[in-house]
Amino acid sequence: MKQYETVIGLEVHIELATKTKIFCGCSTEFGGEPNTHTCPVCAGMPGALPVLNRQVVEFALKAGIAANCQINQLCRFDRKNYFYPDNPQNYQISQLYLPVCHDGWIEIETSAGKKKIRIHEMHMEEDAGKLIHDEWEDCSLVDYNRSGVPLIEIVSEPDMRSAEEVISYLDKLRCMMQYLGVSDCKLQEGSMRADVNLSVCEAGSGVWGTRTEMKNLNSFKAITRAIEAERERQIELLEMGKPVIQETRRWDDNKESSRAMRSKEDARDYRYFPDPDLPPVHISDEWIQRIRNTQPELREEKQQRYQDELGLSDYDARVLTESAHLAALFEKTAELSQNPKKTAAWFMGEVLRLIKEYGTEPEKVCFSPKHLARLICMVEEKKVSPANAKKVFEHIFDEDTDPEAFVREHGLGIVQDADLLQRVLQKVLAENPGPLSELLGGKEKVFGFFVGQMMRELKGTASPEAVREALMEEIKKNRR
Amino acid sequence: MAKIIDDETMENVCLLAKLSLEGEEREAARAEMQKMLTYVEKLDQLDTEGTEPLSHIFGSENVFREDEIVNGNQKDAMLFHAPRTKDGQYHVPKTIG
Amino acid sequence: MELSQMTALELSRNIRERKISVSDGVESVFAQIRKKEKKIHAYLDLFEEDAYKRAEQVQKGIAQGIYTGPLAGVPIAVKDNICIKGKKTTCASRILENFIPTYQAEVIDRLEQAGMILIGKTNMDEFAMGSTTETSAFGVTTNPWNTAHVPGGSSGGSCAAVAAGEAYMALGSDTGGSIRQPSAFCGVTGIKPTYGTVSRYGLVAYASSLDQIGPVGKNTEDCAALLQVIAGHDQKDSTSLRRELPKFGLTSGEDLKGMKFGVPEEYMAEGMEEGVRNTFLASLKLLEELGADVEFFSMKTTEYVIPAYYIIASAEASSNLERFDGVKYGFRAAEYKGLHDMYRKTRTQGFGKEVKRRIMLGSFVLSSGYYDAYYLKALKAKAIIKKEFDQAFEKYDVILAPVAPHTAPKLGESLKDPLAMYLGDIYTVAVNLCALPAISLPGGLDGRGLPVGFQMIGPCFGENTLIRAASAFENARGTFPSAEKGGIKI
Ligand SMILES: [Mg+2]
Ligand SMILES: [Zn+2]
Repeated sequence: MKQYETVIGLEVHIELATKTKIFCGCSTEFGGEPNTHTCPVCAGMPGALPVLNRQVVEFALKAGIAANCQINQLCRFDRKNYFYPDNPQNYQISQLYLPVCHDGWIEIETSAGKKKIRIHEMHMEEDAGKLIHDEWEDCSLVDYNRSGVPLIEIVSEPDMRSAEEVISYLDKLRCMMQYLGVSDCKLQEGSMRADVNLSVCEAGSGVWGTRTEMKNLNSFKAITRAIEAERERQIELLEMGKPVIQETRRWDDNKESSRAMRSKEDARDYRYFPDPDLPPVHISDEWIQRIRNTQPELREEKQQRYQDELGLSDYDARVLTESAHLAALFEKTAELSQNPKKTAAWFMGEVLRLIKEYGTEPEKVCFSPKHLARLICMVEEKKVSPANAKKVFEHIFDEDTDPEAFVREHGLGIVQDADLLQRVLQKVLAENPGPLSELLGGKEKVFGFFVGQMMRELKGTASPEAVREALMEEIKKNRR
Repeated sequence: MAKIIDDETMENVCLLAKLSLEGEEREAARAEMQKMLTYVEKLDQLDTEGTEPLSHIFGSENVFREDEIVNGNQKDAMLFHAPRTKDGQYHVPKTIG
Repeated sequence: MELSQMTALELSRNIRERKISVSDGVESVFAQIRKKEKKIHAYLDLFEEDAYKRAEQVQKGIAQGIYTGPLAGVPIAVKDNICIKGKKTTCASRILENFIPTYQAEVIDRLEQAGMILIGKTNMDEFAMGSTTETSAFGVTTNPWNTAHVPGGSSGGSCAAVAAGEAYMALGSDTGGSIRQPSAFCGVTGIKPTYGTVSRYGLVAYASSLDQIGPVGKNTEDCAALLQVIAGHDQKDSTSLRRELPKFGLTSGEDLKGMKFGVPEEYMAEGMEEGVRNTFLASLKLLEELGADVEFFSMKTTEYVIPAYYIIASAEASSNLERFDGVKYGFRAAEYKGLHDMYRKTRTQGFGKEVKRRIMLGSFVLSSGYYDAYYLKALKAKAIIKKEFDQAFEKYDVILAPVAPHTAPKLGESLKDPLAMYLGDIYTVAVNLCALPAISLPGGLDGRGLPVGFQMIGPCFGENTLIRAASAFENARGTFPSAEKGGIKI
């Protein structure tokens, strides 16, 4: 069999984290009752007109600048005309002729090393409504709550060669958008969607094959599987001497196969033309400069800074910056505790452990940094033992509990009371005459036994150091 | 020479416009369209070399709205117009399958 | 003076001076409607009961000092492509036969704030596509001057209503002459404002870059007062301009000394009816007598105006009318097999011939392989046409033009040859392409006793220059006869 190379380009749709839709003042909140977030504009009523949400442009610029794009300082909206009930106007307001950003790149990292993936363009557009198929009645039902939710569509050049590169690219985009605060990029909720353009060609031939477009990919796993399957399907066709047809295919993740979507009525002639209802958008040098100046620190810079300034390891810095949300939580906590290293250890240890244990997402972690910071300080100040601190943290993680109050109420604090320590010491010594004589006889191993006994008696509220110190003092006294 | 509006073109235009014209009406529409296109080709005589297409006469200033929710639940008012609804949604013939 | 012969400003003045009541004005309108509407058919819907109720409200409002404007208490008719909350808005189309919007146009809010009384929705060409009001799905409107003739279009119902005394004033919309041409045919006055001056929110779009709502009235002053009411920025319409509005009305004197008027000589070419030409030339002469400097000049782009206009208008229309698909509102075909068949049957049965024709032309000129040759070429032509107008306005304050090459044609004559009908728009469409303001006012009558109008076209934002010039002309011309007095008795 011949050697084939897979050539992949992506069209990624990202829902922007605005409060309202792109052209009307309806909420973008996810999951409302059908058609409760609609108005004459986003339901395509006659006479209604679109007015552009400023924040959409702002977000698009942030994304474009982060992805090293050129900005079209005069950009415009075009209508993409096609009849389908998910689109109430039967045209989508998008950008074709003058998209907001173009010619950028981002760098990905795979097992093979680093690679630049070029971005052809980024444009603003409106999302469509949701269509569900009614099983009972053989009809479809339309909900326009998503209609008009702002999107940016990021079109890459066909620079990817494997599923691994694709996943790395998507992960990079997701991370970047989250850091920018532009989108939460959740594949399951559809706030990040990828269409895969794929073709195969004989390795080294330089002759590109016909590409297909794959839609309905709802997870990284589905994307990987769809890429493998489509690559195989195309190679099989070529091996049999059959042509690959340029078409859009719909991936069915249950069947792990795809099928052509096109029908006779889907004439793919979108008749794009400038939308006369929307004047062009002018993007001034000042606007671009302001965005550049206020662009947040992205992952790579943060990772580097954690190493340089906070003295964290390469590995810790990488893990802590994976989620923008967690990194922000970490930084706030470190700042409040004034102890970045200890804070990092808590995040690498307990925070990640609990995330994993609960099977939750880093984005959903929501305790107050001041509570963890306080807890870290309490351990340092020997007000709570490390073992008890872990228990306290579980409550902070779950319910954002105030550690100070919790320790007080549950008697978990370390005893500073010398009398109590003495009383417990005397009690333990009196109850264990045998081991005591062994200890006094010089058998050092028994020392640990007494420490353990005392800790149990004190329910962990004493610091091991204080117990050890008191015991040592007692032995000295007895030997004298 | 004017573009000839043949049957295939007519069919394609009807497909794009979601219209189905039959028989006489279709023939009349074809003839009218032919006449119109032949007429508008007068534009070919106008030298537009170096002229930028003008889509918007005004538009030197940005027009934005702020990102603030101003609409409440208008579901009933929206669905009130629909020829057919079901479970608070617009009812359409099956779209997939 | 007979009530129905008053201008809107006179009516309101009498109301505010408590000489007559608001209901008297409403009654005079409905009396006239009872007398004439059967033959004229200017209206698609009448709000008689609401109008009397509203009249009482406004009467109180005037007493309380809420409504103090110059049009308070004046009954007004509204073209049926402008949404009024709770009232059918059909665009004279089957496809919207039972559409009742739950929102309304910005202009309607403004009429209400001015204390005006909505009396009904007027007939029009379906979706404003036509020049005769004969493409309406709900019957033709006739010309009050001679009911064997069309009122013009597409705002034929609005202009006929004003001409017949069935309304003191009306709102129309103008995409390629749809206010000015029926105004001329009906012997009334109409203004197409600078694009962006009046909000399009709630106006069902025909061609978004060309559409503009404007006033129709008995004379220039009435129109200026109504323009004042409806003009102004609206944040719901992105193409609405933040222009500083003047007080629309007479700014100074009544002569026209020092004003320069230009007449494109291409407009005088063959094809113009004798009566139109004579009245036009007589109007020019009168303007000269008022001290104006009138001069012929060449507008070389004239012959490209109609091709560019029809390409752009039909392209936008094809897209604007995609939303009428039987899913969200309006008509849906009774029987169909599947989604796309539902679309096709609904649209084929729901739209009239002329609308389908323009949708198809528009779909074609935007389709793959033809976009550059037709649509893009038209946008370039538009740029060149605009430039020529800009240059003309460096020399002239106002451009004078006929409104149409002929007076109102007989019913049933125009639709036989659509291209010929489109060619009749030669003097009006450039104004829309270039976003310019223009006023259409009656200049005289032709040999058959049908009104002949002419246009004054101004540079962008030049409404007041037009209003001043038109008022001066009116004063010199004298009150134009009403259809009732001057037309064929009906
Ligand atoms: Mg897209
Ligand atoms: Zn909305």
